Amino acid sequence: MSQPHSPLRIRLLRWSAPILAAPLAGCNWVVMNPSGDIALQQRDLILISTALMLLIVLPVMALVVVFALRYRATNRATDADYDPDWDHSTKLELLIWSAPLLIIIALGALTWVSTHKLDPYRPLDRIDAKTAIDPKVKPMTVEVVALDWKWLFIYPDLGVATVNELVLPANVPVRFDITASTVMNSFYVPELAGQIYAMPGMKTQLHAVANKPVTGTGFSANYSGAGFTHMRFGYKAMDKAGFDAWAARVKASRAALDRNVYLALARPSEKAPVAYFGATDPKLFDAVVNLCPKPGQRCMSELMHVDMMGGAGKESAHDTQGLQYDVPNSHVIEQSDQNKGQETAPDAPGAPGPHHEPAIDHSNHSGADAHAQHR
Amino acid sequence: MSSATANAPAEPRAYHLPEEPHLHEGHSTMLGFWMYLMSDCLIFAILFATYAVLGGSYAGGPGPKDLFDLNLIALNTAMLLFSSITYGFAMLAMEKNRISATQGWLFVTLLFGGAFLFIELYEFSHLIHEGAGPTRSAFLSSFFTLVGTHGLHVTFGSIWLVTLMVQVAKKGLIPANKRRLMCLSMFWHFLDVIWIGVFTFVYLMGVLR
Amino acid sequence: MTGTLTTTQMIFGRLTWDSFPWHEPIVVATFCAVVLGGAAVVGALTYFRLWGYLWKEWFTSVDHKKIGIMYMVLGLIMFLRGFADAIMMRLQQAWAFNGSEGYLNAHHYDQVFTAHGVIMIFFVAMPFITGLMNYIVPLQIGARDVSFPFLNNFSFWMTTGGAVLVMCSLFLGEFAQTGWLAYPPLSGIDYSPATGVDYYIWALQVAGVGTTLSGINLIATIVKMRAPGMSLMKMPVFTWTSLCANVLIVASFPILTATLVLLSLDRYVGTNFFTNDFGGNPMMYVNLIWIWGHPEVYILILPLFGVFSEVVSTFCSKRLFGYTSMVYATCTIMVLSYLVWLHHFFTMGSGASVNSFFGITTMIISIPTGAKLFNWLFTMYRGRIRFELPMMWAVAFMLTFTVGGMTGVLLAVPPADFVLHNSLFLIAHFHNVIIGGVLFGLFAAINYWWPKAFGFRLNQFWGKVSFWCWNIGFWLAFGPLYVLGLMGVTRRMRVFDDPSLQIWFIIAAIGAAIIAAGIGAMLIQFAWSIWKRKELAVEGDPWDGRTLEWATSSPPPEYNFAFTPVVHDADSWADMKKHGYQRPLSGFKAIHMPSSTGTGVILAALSTLCGFALIWYIWWLAGLGFIGIVAVAIAHTFNYKRDFYIPVEEVTRTEEERTRILAAGV
Repeated sequence: MSQPHSPLRIRLLRWSAPILAAPLAGCNWVVMNPSGDIALQQRDLILISTALMLLIVLPVMALVVVFALRYRATNRATDADYDPDWDHSTKLELLIWSAPLLIIIALGALTWVSTHKLDPYRPLDRIDAKTAIDPKVKPMTVEVVALDWKWLFIYPDLGVATVNELVLPANVPVRFDITASTVMNSFYVPELAGQIYAMPGMKTQLHAVANKPVTGTGFSANYSGAGFTHMRFGYKAMDKAGFDAWAARVKASRAALDRNVYLALARPSEKAPVAYFGATDPKLFDAVVNLCPKPGQRCMSELMHVDMMGGAGKESAHDTQGLQYDVPNSHVIEQSDQNKGQETAPDAPGAPGPHHEPAIDHSNHSGADAHAQHR
Repeated sequence: MSSATANAPAEPRAYHLPEEPHLHEGHSTMLGFWMYLMSDCLIFAILFATYAVLGGSYAGGPGPKDLFDLNLIALNTAMLLFSSITYGFAMLAMEKNRISATQGWLFVTLLFGGAFLFIELYEFSHLIHEGAGPTRSAFLSSFFTLVGTHGLHVTFGSIWLVTLMVQVAKKGLIPANKRRLMCLSMFWHFLDVIWIGVFTFVYLMGVLR
Repeated sequence: MTGTLTTTQMIFGRLTWDSFPWHEPIVVATFCAVVLGGAAVVGALTYFRLWGYLWKEWFTSVDHKKIGIMYMVLGLIMFLRGFADAIMMRLQQAWAFNGSEGYLNAHHYDQVFTAHGVIMIFFVAMPFITGLMNYIVPLQIGARDVSFPFLNNFSFWMTTGGAVLVMCSLFLGEFAQTGWLAYPPLSGIDYSPATGVDYYIWALQVAGVGTTLSGINLIATIVKMRAPGMSLMKMPVFTWTSLCANVLIVASFPILTATLVLLSLDRYVGTNFFTNDFGGNPMMYVNLIWIWGHPEVYILILPLFGVFSEVVSTFCSKRLFGYTSMVYATCTIMVLSYLVWLHHFFTMGSGASVNSFFGITTMIISIPTGAKLFNWLFTMYRGRIRFELPMMWAVAFMLTFTVGGMTGVLLAVPPADFVLHNSLFLIAHFHNVIIGGVLFGLFAAINYWWPKAFGFRLNQFWGKVSFWCWNIGFWLAFGPLYVLGLMGVTRRMRVFDDPSLQIWFIIAAIGAAIIAAGIGAMLIQFAWSIWKRKELAVEGDPWDGRTLEWATSSPPPEYNFAFTPVVHDADSWADMKKHGYQRPLSGFKAIHMPSSTGTGVILAALSTLCGFALIWYIWWLAGLGFIGIVAVAIAHTFNYKRDFYIPVEEVTRTEEERTRILAAGV
């Protein structure tokens, strides 16, 4: 606009600008401005669909206003138009059914194509809009377990694991294998890609790629009980060198994620600090999915095999050893855990990293030290 | 009268009937009861669907082949089917206004219904005794719930049957009682149809599986 | 549950002194207020000797009009409770920033959002629309009552019983902390061992029985009791949409009942339908509950579509444009609403083809809905629009609902849903359609039919204040939620880390406060109008109405119509006026009517008691309650005398009184 504004308008603008801008300042419309290619495509889809719908929504809303004003009883100008018995017009009927139909046909086609293209189970065929990859290339795998109320990330390729911190190398396709320990959660990193439910006894998948180094957060997007609100984790995408350095740091941690450590970690707790594990039990995730991380627990895969064979015979009715998984009162933070503060478990080392900075490994400290530091 | 409707005064029309239309008593009962049955049918549909989903989850325990005794179930089915036939005879007697014949057939129906319930309870207690109770696996949970819900319906049907027998004894075959017998008739045959589904879907296909 | 039972446990189940939330100051204060207020009401009723009147003329009445009004009162009371929950949430979310935990702990906050959802859907929206249909439908079809008047009274008290149970949970034990649909395994006994989910289950079961029966009742009424000449395609549109909504009720509430039975078996008996172990499958619950849940939202909105059709046509003084396509659109929506349930959980991991199928079916619903909008639009076209309050609400609805519908279709695109599912965008969307559609519709309906029910108009000034507060407040409260959703903020959060979000929550809280002002203005509007009812008095037809309910007096006599009208046109009253209809002044006859009965109240009270006992594991009481229900029900069937005749003298007196009023008015 080259014309000078009228003084009044300028004054109004000056006066109202801070008020209008205040809510916008410092805000991160992450869903509208994500850094991962999948989330970006989902954003584009939102914009395109909205534009398509506005094609019909805007005229309708405008017509509502126009008709409401024009045909008001006090407007004598339209008195002559008044026609109390006019209630049908085949042409108009055709129009009012076919106009939404056309929009929906377009939107439906878009839906069908995009839903298949952005299916979270589908291996990626591109890193970003410009770089295609072969979907057969094996992506990096991250195993995600939603615990009460924290996130466990296992990197099977690296043999390491973290709690409440997800770090990814940029421009490397990633496949998340997702499950939960007790109740339903939803794994969601808005920067990266859309969400998918994390469910006990189930494995869901999500394919995604981070396109640039970024720091953000991820969280559970499905209410899961008292500690839900704090069930957040730090998300970072790093360049190759940064990621390797980070991985080496995690690898250097002396703590190992074996079954016992996992079981202690899985006990309900809030605001669990970031923790690193330099070694993991490679079969742990499988055991979690099959609801048998506990010694003596029978795995679902085994039971399903028995079921496929038509059951285990009459005698098996009394044989319920190792079948129970849900435990009474298993969704409360035990008093003993609470007293120990925010450390996740007595034998799980680790300390919280300062906000938005690389977490420091404190595996050489005792748990009590880590706790003291955090406070 | 507003200007909106005042234009073109048309020819007068009749807006009342010379004789007030009379809705006979119980004019909607059959329709209403039929709708209730359909809503009940929907409950069974959900229980069938649940059984379809969970019927194969034995949780490492026994399956239908290990548990079901088809001879017993065949006997049980016969009881229920006979009870439907005898209820039919009761309705025929009712149409002819024969009170004692109606009552007699109703009583026979009650006996068959009772026998059905007795056999079902025997089956259930046997299963629970063997450790195959409703908590053993999702398959057994859905089995007990589906079959048990049907059994509960038969129980309430029987209580209703007794109530109606008392009412017929007290008031005779007046229109209200006839209507009630008709409703129970629909209910009873409906339970029969559901049982055919249970028998086929749960027992026969379970053993074949 | 294991080990030996003490005597107290035998008698009181798990109800103990500690079940009262002494340590929650907010609850204790509320409790005191309720006790004091309740005592005042009880005292006043006793002082003015109103108990007998209430019992005889209202509680035990089978008159569909009185039951309809009682439904509306129940909805209004529960609305205030549900809105109090909303204010608490807005306050907590505006507060809990910068390290503050706000003023609600998780235990309390999680109950608040669960109760808000449950109450607003089951005990506000449902009673409101059921009450509306109950009042209007028999009048619109020229009937004297519904098909099963006793059942109607019983249904109302069952709904009330459910509401009583929900209110109990406020002061006795706790309500569910699961979200309004109580997904297992979280709602299972191992993860929610306290009374919360049990309150949820039994409140919905008791109320659900009432809802299903009233659905059956209204369908039978519409099918069987229409006035002579009223073929299906001459039914008023509100009756049509009510018919479709009730078909949906009868075809969906049993699913809810069955699903909750399975959940309660899991909790009480230890079965394994929705557990993680022993072969259970929680995902099945999610499917089942939404197979009921999606039709439910159309149960709520369809009758209000009917209201808007009546209102727009009346206040444009014009026939409804496209009656036939309106009817077909309603029926199409009715059928399609069963084919879309999976869109509530695209993110549960179904394949792309399944997801896109359900996404596309969802979008298809917007075609008949869009057609309806166009029909209202073209009803306005070449009309003569009187902007009375109902019409203002209708126009506000058209603008608001369109936006809500658009965001809804957006959420039906699965990949878009992946980023917006469970976010505040979703919350904004469904409040956009439920407030903008259902509530605005109800306000239109209340303003439109209030003169019908009570014989005087509502005050226009306070109505306008309420209208503007609601409209501005709505956008201030939910606009920010759309924005927050796009910032990746998820629902049911109690505490926030990111300080930059706070401003949006503060704006939303201000919006909620403005809505509160709107509610206040509406209550003033009611009170003021009742106070000034003489000045606002109207006779039969204040709006130049078009359908049969306006053919009789306002309020209508107990028997609705002295003579059953004969219908020649969809706008039957407009048609009668056009053809110079003269109200008959003689030849009255005695009128056959159903008699009042207290059985419905007793049965519902026993059911509520039984539910309460089950919640607290007081087994003996539950058993007694159940036996009581069966015994009372059987005893009721021994009563064959259920009707009476209004003597011809009384009919004549009533009609002559009206003749006088009409003469005085002219």
